Amino acid sequence: MIWSKLKAGLARTREQLAGRIRAVVQGAALDEALFEELEAVLITADVGVATTQRLLERLRERVRAEGVRDAAAVPGLLAEEMRGMLEAVAAPPAAPGRGPGPLVILVVGVNGSGKTTTVGKLAARYRQEGWKVVVGAADTFRAAAIDQLERWCQRAGADLVRQHPGADPAAVAFDALQAAQARGADVLLVDTAGRLHTRVNLMEELRKTQRVLQRLDPTAPHEVLLVLDATTGQNALAQARHFTEAVGVTGIVLTKLDGTARGGMVVAIADQLRLPVKWVGTGEGADDLAPFDPGEFTRALFEGTPAGAGA
Amino acid sequence: MAFEGLAEKLQAVFKRLRGKGKLTEADVEAALREVRLALLEADVNFKVVKDFIARVRERAVGQEVLESLTPAQQVIKIVHDELTQLMGGQHARLDLGGELPAVVMLVGLQGSGKTTTAAKLARLLTRQGRQPLLVAADVYRPAAVEQLVTLGQQVQVPVYAPGTDRDPVDIAREGVAEARRRGRDVVLIDTAGRLHIDDALMEELERIRQAVAPREILLVVDAMTGQDAVNVAETFHRRLGIDGVILTKLDGDARGGAALSVRAVTGRPIKFAGLGERVDQLEPFHPERMASRILGMGDVLSLIEKA
Ligand SMILES: Nc1nc2c(ncn2[C@@H]2O[C@H](COP(=O)(O)OP(=O)(O)OP(=O)(O)O)[C@@H](O)[C@H]2O)c(=O)[nH]1
Ligand SMILES: Nc1nc2c(ncn2[C@@H]2O[C@H](COP(=O)(O)OP(=O)(O)OP(=O)(O)O)[C@@H](O)[C@H]2O)c(=O)[nH]1
Ligand SMILES: [Mg+2]
Ligand SMILES: [Mg+2]
Repeated sequence: MIWSKLKAGLARTREQLAGRIRAVVQGAALDEALFEELEAVLITADVGVATTQRLLERLRERVRAEGVRDAAAVPGLLAEEMRGMLEAVAAPPAAPGRGPGPLVILVVGVNGSGKTTTVGKLAARYRQEGWKVVVGAADTFRAAAIDQLERWCQRAGADLVRQHPGADPAAVAFDALQAAQARGADVLLVDTAGRLHTRVNLMEELRKTQRVLQRLDPTAPHEVLLVLDATTGQNALAQARHFTEAVGVTGIVLTKLDGTARGGMVVAIADQLRLPVKWVGTGEGADDLAPFDPGEFTRALFEGTPAGAGA
Repeated sequence: MAFEGLAEKLQAVFKRLRGKGKLTEADVEAALREVRLALLEADVNFKVVKDFIARVRERAVGQEVLESLTPAQQVIKIVHDELTQLMGGQHARLDLGGELPAVVMLVGLQGSGKTTTAAKLARLLTRQGRQPLLVAADVYRPAAVEQLVTLGQQVQVPVYAPGTDRDPVDIAREGVAEARRRGRDVVLIDTAGRLHIDDALMEELERIRQAVAPREILLVVDAMTGQDAVNVAETFHRRLGIDGVILTKLDGDARGGAALSVRAVTGRPIKFAGLGERVDQLEPFHPERMASRILGMGDVLSLIEKA
């Protein structure tokens, strides 16, 4: 199962993190020094300063309210609070087969985060579930981006709608949705070019792509997935904010969790922007994608801590 | 939120210091706490921040500072100095002298910008009168070869790309032979992205290194990387002995704390910065500018004057 793979991937981190937490609470008094050590643990997981402080504030409150005396209980409480933040905004991925037309999923994000790979993985997954899948190659800018997507579609057994390099991405998206509708497809996945959220004209291009889709289906896109690289630090918050402002992100895909990065910035994003994580990527293969599970995620981070991560 | 307001926050810290006239250790402590937060929000590694603050504290609570006529100014100067020093002082160049062809190997995590940077370097070197050959040694990522070939055409540099059913070590070795045959004097090897904990793929890089003895092994790092940057850099350095770092995607609003951390843990200089997707968007890296950016200070010097 993918979560065991995630755990294996996180093993070193987890040993470090869990080991450090264990060392921190071992025989420790429940005092400010302990909270300072916990702060270090959370910040090295990329949770960020503001959300870390909020988590520790809640922890202090619970310690006070519940009369907690034993430092050993603290990691479990912390994991519970973190899971709580993620669960408060959790939402399942949109599923095909609901409405009359195809489920339209627009995939966006900064350069190299894993968009094309995620489109490939989703295409493979939906095909395995028996849905008819069309993919639109709306990254017409990056060298060989279309070839890359084509390989993924061949592998997955999905139809690719493409134009020539340099074509208008909105026009490709329009063609793709038209084709998906005409062929009675269940899902349309639109891959877009990587762009930094600070590039105003490129964000406008994305908005145009969205508007053009709405000409064919006013309810589209039904899902806008922002693909975030788990190795990213606090910049992820700025990415999430700007992409949401531009095209109304409905969920996050957290990729490259098979490395040692903790992906803690998704906690900050849940806390500060109320955006759910929907999928996690744990490798470069077609199967390395799973729906996000807040409990599993925090468990994978905290496993091995004395209080068992409050799962 | 990471970016905006930080400069003001720091300026406020320094202004408060300045307003005090004479400083106590407690004043300095309070200021350092806020500098610490600013650095953490910029993704500077936790351990690096800790050591950094300790060094600044040691210098800043010294008698000369606390008893000087402009203590606040002194403290700010120390922060700026230490940061610049961490960044390595001045621009470090590529070393492509010696036996020809000089081999350069680009390594790094998935999606960091290796392939794009290989083409950018090829273009830059061509303009310096060199004759590079690009080598496509990523046989894993779908269409990685096509990407390099397309970029090679854009920068008008030949690409050695024998396909994807070959061992990358052989491709690299043959690439160097090919360069010799064609009289090319620099070989730029584009390798597949890999995780630093992927033992088999890290070993592949070690074998390529053995086969072609690169003059420069450059680690390509995404400027948006968070706290994990040190683990990545440490591992690549331990296994390969990197010669320098290229920081990509600096055209966004990343504060780039990863840069500071990577430099601190490897001791290797950041040689270039990537500032966009186009092949002409690569520039020599300037430590002082990056230091200012990390602190969120447009112009550190003017700030020091104001203090
Ligand atoms: N280890 C690992 N690598 C991944 C994962 N997802 C994607 N990658 C790799 O990350 C690199 C970039 O992935 P792409 O899918 O090309 O990223 P992208 O966002 O489409 O990139 P651009 O279109 O250039 O902006 C590739 O080498 C992928 O194989 C993941 O979950 N784990
Ligand atoms: N904005 C910006 N984008 C960049 C920069 N450098 C590279 N990119 C983009 O980042 C994405 C990934 O770049 P690649 O060169 O494919 O990265 P890579 O390290 O070769 O990726 P893999 O081979 O999959 O590991 C592409 O969309 C590039 O256009 C840069 O300095 N700024
Ligand atoms: Mg892509
Ligand atoms: Mg590449």
